[in-house]
Amino acid sequence: MFSANGAVAPAAYPPPVDPQKEFIKRGLDPEEELIEVGVAIVGGGTAGLACANRLLQLLAEDPETMERLGEVPVAVIEKAKTCGGHNLSGAVMRPGPLLELFPELTREQWREEGFAFGEVTKEAVYLTPTSKLAVRIPTPPPFKNHGNEVVSVSALARYQQREVEEAGAYVLTETSATQLIVEDGRVVGVRSGDKGRGKDGEPLSNFEPGTDIKARATVLAEGCWGHLTGTAIREFDLAKDREPQVWELGVKEVWKVPKPLDRLIHTMGPWPLKVAPKYGQIGGTWLYPMTNAAGEHLVSIGFVVELEYADATTSAHDLLQTFKTHSFVRRILDGGERIAWGAKALPGGGYWSMPKLSMPGALLVGDSGGMVDTMALKGVHHCIKSGILAAETIHSALARGESSFEAYEQAIEESSVGRELWEVRNARQPLQKGLLLGGPLSGVQQISKGRLPGRANWHRNDEKPMFIGDTKDEYVKPDGKYTFDKLSSVFITGNATRDDAPNHIRVRKQVPREIAETWRWMCPAGVYEIPEDAPEDGPVDVIVNYTNCVQCGAITAKGGRLTAPEGGDGPLYQIT
Amino acid sequence: MKICVLVKEVPDAAVEKKLNPSTGRMDRSGEKNLNPYDTHAIEAAMQIREGGVAPVEEIVAVTMGPESAVRALHKAVSLGADRSVHLCDDALAGSDVAATGYALAQTLTRESPDLVLLGQQSDDGECYTIGAVVAEHLGMPSLTQVIKMDVESGALRCERQAEYGYDTVQVSLPAVISVGDAINEPRYPSLKAIMGAKKKQLDTVAAADVEIDAAKVGGDHSAAQWVAAKAPPAKAAGEIIEDEDTGETVEKIISWLDERKLL
Amino acid sequence: MANILIYALHYDGAINKNSLGAVSEGARLAAELGGEAHAILLGENVPHELAASLGNYGAKKVLVAEGPEGLAQPLVDAMAKAIGDGGYKYALFGGGLLGFEIGAGLAARLGAGVAMEVTAVRAEGGELIAERPILGDSAISEIKYRSEVGIIIGRLNAFETKETGGGDAQVEELSFELSAHSTQAKMLVRGEQRGADVDIEGANVLIAGGRGLGKAEGFKLCEELAAAFGGNAAVAATRAVVDAGWYPYAAQIGQTGKTVAPKLYLAAGISGAIQHKVGMQSSENIVAINKDSNAPIFEFSDLGVIGDLNKILPKLTEAVKAKKGS
Repeated sequence: MFSANGAVAPAAYPPPVDPQKEFIKRGLDPEEELIEVGVAIVGGGTAGLACANRLLQLLAEDPETMERLGEVPVAVIEKAKTCGGHNLSGAVMRPGPLLELFPELTREQWREEGFAFGEVTKEAVYLTPTSKLAVRIPTPPPFKNHGNEVVSVSALARYQQREVEEAGAYVLTETSATQLIVEDGRVVGVRSGDKGRGKDGEPLSNFEPGTDIKARATVLAEGCWGHLTGTAIREFDLAKDREPQVWELGVKEVWKVPKPLDRLIHTMGPWPLKVAPKYGQIGGTWLYPMTNAAGEHLVSIGFVVELEYADATTSAHDLLQTFKTHSFVRRILDGGERIAWGAKALPGGGYWSMPKLSMPGALLVGDSGGMVDTMALKGVHHCIKSGILAAETIHSALARGESSFEAYEQAIEESSVGRELWEVRNARQPLQKGLLLGGPLSGVQQISKGRLPGRANWHRNDEKPMFIGDTKDEYVKPDGKYTFDKLSSVFITGNATRDDAPNHIRVRKQVPREIAETWRWMCPAGVYEIPEDAPEDGPVDVIVNYTNCVQCGAITAKGGRLTAPEGGDGPLYQIT
Repeated sequence: MKICVLVKEVPDAAVEKKLNPSTGRMDRSGEKNLNPYDTHAIEAAMQIREGGVAPVEEIVAVTMGPESAVRALHKAVSLGADRSVHLCDDALAGSDVAATGYALAQTLTRESPDLVLLGQQSDDGECYTIGAVVAEHLGMPSLTQVIKMDVESGALRCERQAEYGYDTVQVSLPAVISVGDAINEPRYPSLKAIMGAKKKQLDTVAAADVEIDAAKVGGDHSAAQWVAAKAPPAKAAGEIIEDEDTGETVEKIISWLDERKLL
Repeated sequence: MANILIYALHYDGAINKNSLGAVSEGARLAAELGGEAHAILLGENVPHELAASLGNYGAKKVLVAEGPEGLAQPLVDAMAKAIGDGGYKYALFGGGLLGFEIGAGLAARLGAGVAMEVTAVRAEGGELIAERPILGDSAISEIKYRSEVGIIIGRLNAFETKETGGGDAQVEELSFELSAHSTQAKMLVRGEQRGADVDIEGANVLIAGGRGLGKAEGFKLCEELAAAFGGNAAVAATRAVVDAGWYPYAAQIGQTGKTVAPKLYLAAGISGAIQHKVGMQSSENIVAINKDSNAPIFEFSDLGVIGDLNKILPKLTEAVKAKKGS
């Protein structure tokens, strides 16, 4: 079981969790104990709030249905302290869907409201063969961003929250949704999380149990590998006949810089990633110029790596810090000040990995539904569009007294979401063979715009055998001024998780060294630690500092399971 | 018994606190939350009510703040207050602790409370003293740093942390009590309470409604004027000793401590 | 001519250390303003010798008032009377809980300007300007007074005690009336010691232990060193070791524990990650002992010792004991 370096896959050490048993509540509490709402939206991010925004617009024009939905027509359930607190993305957004959602809001007003930072006028893509060289290449089609807008999804969610509350929705922040309530094969609502449990789950003096929230329609907008989404996929077999989902991990910083960056930049490696196929490292970076409403110049910089890698010492956070030392990046960031840091996983499987998007009583929107175009690194506009379509489907069904939301699936298929994801459906998979072998194949798929037939397969991230390699030897030692360690980075996210909160991370306590190292390096927040006296070969009792967790979701891809923490815990992102 | 709880909206602890460069005052934009210390005060009020020793007819949350302060009141109500009062007036902006205490006292006079509770300090401002100011204006006895409080026949028996240990003080009602965070473990609001909070009575009053003399409040009338803000003196770099001979090292440490009168 | 009235707290026959600091500071400032520093003591039968002894710290006169000890509001009455009688432009309070309460109540009574948590005061153009840190000690704000009387409330340990050898101060009895509400609080038990509760926030010297101690038993070294320092030295801990169960939560310092600012903070086996740093960075003197020369704590310690704490702490404890003559 605890074999030598190079043959240990995280999938062989699954976490102690049974989602269907633990996270599904079969039946509602009695009437007087529960809360009844019209539509319950789990997740106050871009997609969830877009759904709420659109729903309330439709209900404003349809008072009859609005009344039938009762006192609380729309409720948004968000585990962070405020919507946007747990949201993070690059991001360069295609403007269409947001303009569709708020037709009266101009792009200039986007910037005044503080969530948009300028239209893309100039862009460039580079290869970084070494730490000193940056070679510009002709911009591949997916990276053409002219006319798009640099945004912060964290700030956007705050704006959407204000809009939605003004329009009459209840936004329940600091509230986790821990269980899906299923009755007679139909989702009838969700249960909110308990508060006031201790380290071992025992109720403390101020224990407050969760509440059943009964809803006619439930929208799962939990983002990347949401807690209930994963459960629903198992319960309703939504992944049948689909490719498995695969994930990528992005670590991001926002910098205040002395001189403005004049172009949108993407780099496709290889430095500091390793090119040899055995490392399995595929990734890239971005540098986006931002000008805020006060006229200050900022830069959003991030490193994304597919969780497909095989070298256990691959660390997205350290890769970002190392990447910053590239002379090209130094010229952009030097003299500046880091003002934000964060990390988030994203679904990278594309079209073939998308689960079935509806089930009796519920729908999946946004990243929960895997709607990210990882070729173009675009997902924000799909989140908004899917939220809009979900709202329209639900409203239409409720208005007609129908109970099925299946029409949503076709709506997605026929929309820009379906069309764009279809085009690149086979483009990313070849990269699993490595950049050198897979690059050309991927290129062919892109050029043909998806017209070549066939379905390329994915294999699961956690089935990849891990080995302890030497990627870590390249990492820079943080100097605390330009490059930073994980702990001080977690600190500036405003993460203030209760000291005696229960552990929300499920992992096997004792695992082989390769797996322990994988977690330790992978986690951007330094949650997993290997005790000093652990044996070099052999089983390791992993220390889990779960209070550092910024809920990026990566652990779920590589052998663990992130469950819903106590509401209010975690980071408080503001401009990521 | 009628209990009024003074609450305040403060920037979330996670938000970076900074000065607004144009006004020179604390930049209070960004996430705001109910001052964590005030949740202990509300909990203390609830425990008196649930304790059954003295019947509590009403618990009223009172705050002075801009429009956004209603969120603090909603939170206070979800934690158990029956209704709330919002003192909101542009004339009050920039008031220092003395002016704020005066304004709150005027608001409380209308309510005629038997007991005024508040948290020991606020996360911003760091003043620890509003209770004393309010009590002076109301002509009530006041105690701060209270970490235990029991109602006993029309009076309060309080334990408070002081310089020389714990004092036990008996205070007659009506009184103003500032509670420390060690006094209790605040409850979490239930979802029902959170959602019902917006429906509870919320009265908005302006300065004139509670007879506040405008000449005594607001940034321009502060008796203590914040003139400027500067960076703290840069700390000199520290000394480093590498221990080779522990005896020698310890000697060096002792003389270092001695120089600074730390022994 | 501006006189300064300084509040002095006494207990068990001795003047509180922070009050001595305030008197010293008041004397210094009064001299610069061309005035006198007077102190005020309130209690039941305050010994005149005790009052007179404040002359040693620069007080020219000490007012002695009769009233209940340990409560703030009687002092508001007494000080308001003294100030009302004339001659005082400023009232000064050393750090301390009662000082805050009295100062604030006095400000309300007199309609005077007040500044709290003051760390420094200077005289300029016949006036006093107070400085206080704001925004978590990241900036210093200056305060000027516009009112007739200015009230300055110092931060704990802010003012340095200085004996001027000025001989006994003149002692004068102050008669005043207690306001109605000042009679509504009655002290039942004063100054009860509760051994179990570690008051690390009030300690002058903190010996803090972290993971570098190696095991729970390592805290014995810290306890012995704290005992050697004596007085109100206490032992503190980092989050990591509290989580591991090596020391109680009441002693935890850091982002999610307590914030402290003792005169001496000695960190043994602590790396100095920012989550801990924010809880103790305002300590006056920071000494760090760690065998890892790259530990971040060495970047902000005043004295950093790279070595094995298991060897250093016991020897240091012996040396401290010897120096203190016990």
